[in-house]
Amino acid sequence: MDRIPILKLGRALLVSIQAEMHDRLAKGLEEDLSERIVQTAARGVMIDISGLEIVDSFMGRLLDNIAGVARLLGASTVVVGMRPAVAITLVELGLSLNGVRTALDVERGMRLIGTVVIDLDDDEFEAELEARDDLHAE
Amino acid sequence: MTFTPSEVLQIRHSDDVVRVRQAVRARAIEAGLGLVDQTKIVTAASELARNTLDYGLGGTVLIETLEGSRCGVRLTFEDQGPGIADTKKALTDGYTTGGGLGLGLSGAQRLSNEFSIDSRVGEGTRVMIARWR
Amino acid sequence: MTLNIVERLIQTDMDALLGRWRDLIVAAGGAGGGRIKDSELQTQCREFLTVLLTGVRTGATKFSDSGFASARVLLDEVSKSRAALGFNPRETATFVFSLKEPLFERLQAEHTSDMSAFAADCWAVTELIDQFGLYTVEAYQRSREDVVRRQRDEIAELSTPVVKLWDGILALPLIGTLDSSRTQVVMENLLQAIVEQNAELAIIDITGVPTVDTLVAQHLLKTIAAARLMGADCIVSGIRPQIAQTMVHLGVELDVISKATLADALKQAFQRTGRQVVRRPRPDAKG
Repeated sequence: MDRIPILKLGRALLVSIQAEMHDRLAKGLEEDLSERIVQTAARGVMIDISGLEIVDSFMGRLLDNIAGVARLLGASTVVVGMRPAVAITLVELGLSLNGVRTALDVERGMRLIGTVVIDLDDDEFEAELEARDDLHAE
Repeated sequence: MTFTPSEVLQIRHSDDVVRVRQAVRARAIEAGLGLVDQTKIVTAASELARNTLDYGLGGTVLIETLEGSRCGVRLTFEDQGPGIADTKKALTDGYTTGGGLGLGLSGAQRLSNEFSIDSRVGEGTRVMIARWR
Repeated sequence: MTLNIVERLIQTDMDALLGRWRDLIVAAGGAGGGRIKDSELQTQCREFLTVLLTGVRTGATKFSDSGFASARVLLDEVSKSRAALGFNPRETATFVFSLKEPLFERLQAEHTSDMSAFAADCWAVTELIDQFGLYTVEAYQRSREDVVRRQRDEIAELSTPVVKLWDGILALPLIGTLDSSRTQVVMENLLQAIVEQNAELAIIDITGVPTVDTLVAQHLLKTIAAARLMGADCIVSGIRPQIAQTMVHLGVELDVISKATLADALKQAFQRTGRQVVRRPRPDAKG
């Protein structure tokens, strides 16, 4: 059975929802996320919807549900990557998504979960790569 | 202008909702609707298709292209389900008899240029929406 | 009612019919005093007679029949080109209506004795030409509406430029009235800019908006709600004292931070995004 993959990113769990989610997939996602949140003691759940051309009330309910479950398990939820056309339509539809925070992209979303993405400077980066090569050499 | 002739799609499973969305999107593009207008009518179609499935116990949707001075798409959802006793109440935000958000009918109305609903208890429901350029 | 009569009238000596029709179009002003080149006009006339003939041969009798689809497409193009050149509806429709006279002339030449047959044939021809003529007017109307809509959207876009004030801070200076169609364009521009510039904050300046009633406020609120859904927040600036009073009296509520001037809004935006403006001592200070 198809399951939507969940990635760990620091203290956050990242889920990318591509188009066309059927009900089975949605249910599976809720279950998997709940388990992973507890397993990893996640502080936040990031849901990337940049691949969604449509967000209807079914999807809205799913997002609210996920946020509700996450909150009970001690994690916050951030939705990122909403397309402009979708945002305009949601406002007209009357869907407010009050239970979730939103951010423009993954980096901003991570800040809302309390994690900052840092770029290493050149020396640190070199060192990092060398250490990795040493490991593989053995 | 020659457009695709009208088509009828069955709405019996949740997979059909996806199919309806795709068909309406293609139709909207053909009618020349902009991206936001496309998104609005496809979203409205998704709401009504789910209603047909969840409350109407399955049904059909007639997809037509509108030509002439108002170029666009018209959708007619029909089911032989239990019907709606009080359509006015059903059109208020947040009203739901299922576990939904209660935005399906009222939302579809707001997202469309034209909306009409005809429902009889014990006989079924017909909802028509249209969006043009 | 078959249109064999139309078939016969057109296919016999088509060139002569073409010439006569073309002359009548020009005489009635359908070429716009030379705006349509003669060669182009003749091509369009010939094409129309051809598709008309084809259509009639498929058994089509009404302008909406599928056999006349090509004829309709041709008329769409004719109307569009005329509309773009600034023709009025009458000048455009004369392309079709002028075809009546030469067809009647031919009918007259044919029917020298049978009056009722003549009348019946005239009626068949008139009906068909009239239908196509009206279709042409409708097609013209549609083209004009498209042009107007495009112009309106262009104006809306030009009058609502989105300006980058700083990294992640945008400004949207609104000028003029805010109606529903304009709001749509404004919203799309703003949201697109938010994505492209990776903005966290948008300052919507309404200094140039003459009145803010409940409808305008609704449009503003929708725009702000959409921006928020995408993860950006808004500050409204430029509310003039009279506007503020009107809004309070009308009971209009704007659930957003608002500042009197763009400058204040910018200061607030810097604060919100964790920035500080520091004045550095000048290098040539006393000493």
